[in-house]
Amino acid sequence: MRPAFSADAMRLAIPALSLTVLLAAVFWLQPRAMSYVGLNLLFNLAVPIALATIAQMLIIAVNDLDLSMGTFVSFVACVTATFLRDAPLLGTLILAGAVLVYAVLGVVIHLRDLPSIVVSLGMSFVWGGLAVLLLPAPGGQAPDWARALMTTKPPLAPIAIVASIVIALGAHLLVMRSSLGVLIRGVGGNERSVERAGWSVLAARAAAYGLAGFFAVLAGIALVGLTTSADANIALRYTLLSIAGVILGGGEFIGGRVSPVGAVIGALTLTLAGSFLSFLRISPDWQIGAQGVILIIVLALRLFLNRVEKREKGQ
Amino acid sequence: MRMLDRVARKPWIWSWVAAFVVWFATIIVTGGASTLDLSQAALTFAAFSIIVGIGQMFVITLGPGNVDLSVPSTMTLAGTVALKLMDVDNAMILPGLGVTVLIGIGVGILNYALIKALRIPPIIATLSMSFIVQSAAIWTNRGLRIKPPNFLADFTTANTLGIPNVAVIALVISVIAWFLLERTIYGRWISAIGQSMPAAKMAGIPVDGTRFVTYVFCAVLASLAGYLLACFSGGAALNMGSEYLLMSIAVVVLGGTAVAGGDSNVPGIWGASLFMFLVVSMLNTYGLGAGIRLIMTGLIIISVIMLAGGRLPGVR
Amino acid sequence: MTGEKLKAIVEVTDAKVSFGAVKALDGVTLAILPGECLGLVGHNGAGKSTIVSVINGGLTPHQGIISGDGEVLTRYGINAARARGVRCVFQELSLCPNLTVVENTRIMHRHLGGFGWRKRAKEVIERSLAAVFPGHGIASDRSVGELSIAERQMVEIAMAFSDAGVAPRLVILDEPTSSLDASLAEQMLTYVRRFIAAGGSVIFISHILNEILTTASRIVVMKDGRIVADRPAGDWTERGLVEATGSVVKGEAHRGAVRDLAAAPVVVEQGGSGMPFHAKRGELVGLAGLAGHGQTRMLMKLHAAQSSDWLPRRDPAVTFVAGDRRLNGVFELWSILKNLSIGSLGDLASRGMVNAAAEAERSAEWKRRIDIRTQDLANRILSLSGGNQQKVLFARALSTRAPVVLMDDPMRGIDVGTKQEVYEIVRQQAVGGRTFVWYSTEMEEVCLCDRVYVFREGAIVAELAGDAVSEENILAASFRGAAA
Repeated sequence: MRPAFSADAMRLAIPALSLTVLLAAVFWLQPRAMSYVGLNLLFNLAVPIALATIAQMLIIAVNDLDLSMGTFVSFVACVTATFLRDAPLLGTLILAGAVLVYAVLGVVIHLRDLPSIVVSLGMSFVWGGLAVLLLPAPGGQAPDWARALMTTKPPLAPIAIVASIVIALGAHLLVMRSSLGVLIRGVGGNERSVERAGWSVLAARAAAYGLAGFFAVLAGIALVGLTTSADANIALRYTLLSIAGVILGGGEFIGGRVSPVGAVIGALTLTLAGSFLSFLRISPDWQIGAQGVILIIVLALRLFLNRVEKREKGQ
Repeated sequence: MRMLDRVARKPWIWSWVAAFVVWFATIIVTGGASTLDLSQAALTFAAFSIIVGIGQMFVITLGPGNVDLSVPSTMTLAGTVALKLMDVDNAMILPGLGVTVLIGIGVGILNYALIKALRIPPIIATLSMSFIVQSAAIWTNRGLRIKPPNFLADFTTANTLGIPNVAVIALVISVIAWFLLERTIYGRWISAIGQSMPAAKMAGIPVDGTRFVTYVFCAVLASLAGYLLACFSGGAALNMGSEYLLMSIAVVVLGGTAVAGGDSNVPGIWGASLFMFLVVSMLNTYGLGAGIRLIMTGLIIISVIMLAGGRLPGVR
Repeated sequence: MTGEKLKAIVEVTDAKVSFGAVKALDGVTLAILPGECLGLVGHNGAGKSTIVSVINGGLTPHQGIISGDGEVLTRYGINAARARGVRCVFQELSLCPNLTVVENTRIMHRHLGGFGWRKRAKEVIERSLAAVFPGHGIASDRSVGELSIAERQMVEIAMAFSDAGVAPRLVILDEPTSSLDASLAEQMLTYVRRFIAAGGSVIFISHILNEILTTASRIVVMKDGRIVADRPAGDWTERGLVEATGSVVKGEAHRGAVRDLAAAPVVVEQGGSGMPFHAKRGELVGLAGLAGHGQTRMLMKLHAAQSSDWLPRRDPAVTFVAGDRRLNGVFELWSILKNLSIGSLGDLASRGMVNAAAEAERSAEWKRRIDIRTQDLANRILSLSGGNQQKVLFARALSTRAPVVLMDDPMRGIDVGTKQEVYEIVRQQAVGGRTFVWYSTEMEEVCLCDRVYVFREGAIVAELAGDAVSEENILAASFRGAAA
């Protein structure tokens, strides 16, 4: 009695379906979007959101939640637009230090058994403060290489699509295929069993947080590459968007059930929702609202499918 | 001595001590010249965080995972809609207030409906809700800045016997909240649910009803705070609530309410809210900018949670 | 044993472990020799799980020596135990439900890493599954959460017997057959016998005594953190094991005179897969049978059917006394007073406001009535001993006006004196017209009841009333069909 699809495949089916439906609707409303330039415009801003979503997903994989994602990405953007351009070595050191801070947070949260929500809440003030210190007013300039990277025009598909695929594949290899990824998800699934097998849960959690910091740093750099300058509030919405992206992509808050490919699709869906509405000529006022509605619809859909699945199993 | 010992064990005392120290450090620098102004400003600005914070505290008391992220958008929506409805007309003040409360009730009902119907954690339910409410606010606002009715504008910025009127309102709400928590069955129920939901269920507590009422209460307080803040600042702005997302959680945590639920603390909210404002003004007085202020705030929150751990000891 | 003395794989000498005031292990000495299957028997809380944790390195005893293969092991821990080939199948799921079978294998075997680990892990687990459960039909790329409970248990057992570098020498099986059907259980037991014949050792814990008797070579009985009997399996009978694990004090509790309840009205009813359930006014109804066969679920269902999650009830219909105090009993942050009064706040309040004076008075009265040993009801509930905490839970339930009291094995880990006091109160209240539905794992308590339902595999299989309520009849009903 083997179901036709594994649970992981099912988990991906809903987000993939929502993205396809949304994309089809956009093309139908605005056929001109179906071009190289059009696609790039549609998905441009999705790249940093996708990276931030992967970062949030790593934290969620160990049953924690990061409320500082938005301010951290803003902070990284500020560093990128100032130090990383003017003094690359120092800039790199600062960013490496920030990743280290993330790993240390993982250690502290584990050792003292603290609620991650509150610790990351505190950190969001710290990152925000550092960002304001760096760039009290909008400014700075993107390093040329970041700008160049985000505006390259690869053949066949626009950079936004290529980058999303690369991110999804990279994260998939890391989280779903590697031993480290298995360990991190294992901590989320059953911490005691991982401990009983003789692993250090502390190290696993530190690794998950460190990797999350790394992906968030990439998100900040990508963001500045797109916007050319930075300000201290540039990515505040990323906290909520990254959480929503993970959930949209089939992830769950507890139990280590996450999907990197799904998370990237979730981020793309959220980005597309805005464009879709503007093509529908619904006022941009409802852009954020649409993201909320999509979130609710997808969650309802998932609940429905879970019920159906359970009923089939019960018989 | 025993008295002192007992006071020291109250979790709220620390936020008060911290607030007082910061207040004192500030007036030392200014030479006491602006003591009254500083105190009044602190009470005024703290009042908004207190009102929002109390609602958030009730929700957090319900136990791990319970937090209302729709607070800022609810504030914005209530402020916007109420000002639009009143349209600078003093006669419309009460209908405006009524609409404010209705918005709160509506958001609260929808929040809990989502939690229950979709069986999703409150944090994601209120998050989805906040997206929708925020959009509704943007849609109603349309970039227009409508002034509040004169009476309300004056009332929210004026003092009674030297105490800001908004602080008086916050005090009234706090007393009601304290009474609910300490003296009523409802207060016992939310504390019990926060400590252990299965145990609360088996003790015969109507768990869903209690949680539902709590989410509605939180949303109503948020919209009330939005109404007052919009009047106080001379009009509703779309980002007027954004500061209060983190602030509302921070004052609850700093005020000594157990993050793990079950134990709430009204006086602590006052201490923490005053403290949060006073730190800002102290650092301003010392000539330090917003950046340092934010960093300090963050470090304080983290140190508090490190010291307090998950649950606070203490007999209640 | 013939010839020279075999060296024990693991030997624990005079181990003592205490959690707070509770002595989980009180001087246990146990050696497991190569090629033996040790059956471990005892009630909940007898210390079986604790000694298992000590042996697998998860718990360091507060006192005592652990040695292996003749040498004393000073730094014994999880990794040291695993390196010596000690493996454990736990009672609760110890796989990660979100990972696939192969990925779980990776977690269990730390040295499986490196490029191409998936292939190696797949080989390891599939080889073991095929050896223990021939024809199992479990695909190793499925996530554990998707498997049925029986399949999960099969994977866990196979995981413990799998060999990825370090061969298993001592495998601890804690209730391994609880969710396997008879043929799968037999497959596993056959494999265990083969494993032992090849020189491996097994510690076998099961509440199905028949399995222990047929599989184990030696049986050890534990009670209250001590070993009370240790004999070759051939010297035991099923009856003998039940008696050895049973309660210490016998014959002190007597059922009240048989009362005529024929005319009394039925107050609760419940249908189900087995025989229907009902209880009459003033009746003491016992729920018996082996632990975990659906009694607690039945109580939960009775409670849920009579209470509302949305609106408070003016007149509560049922009240509940928890057995698992930590999970669904005490409110840890609260005082004794608040813990006691939470059940009956409706009576102690007017217009939603709690009347503090009435609350204090009612609670003081109950403190006196069932003798809660504390100086001050304002003290924290956790300052009380387990027995007194349980009394508070009794007082919480009994001080309500609910006509039906549901009890979920509430006497676990409580001293004899307290038990006698509570029995007396229960009897008085029953005479006063209250109905008690009482699930208990203690035979003595079940025998106090007017009528007893015996559970097996989630359903009621027998109803005994009046003089038919006896240890013998209950045992017979519990084991009927168990030998299969």
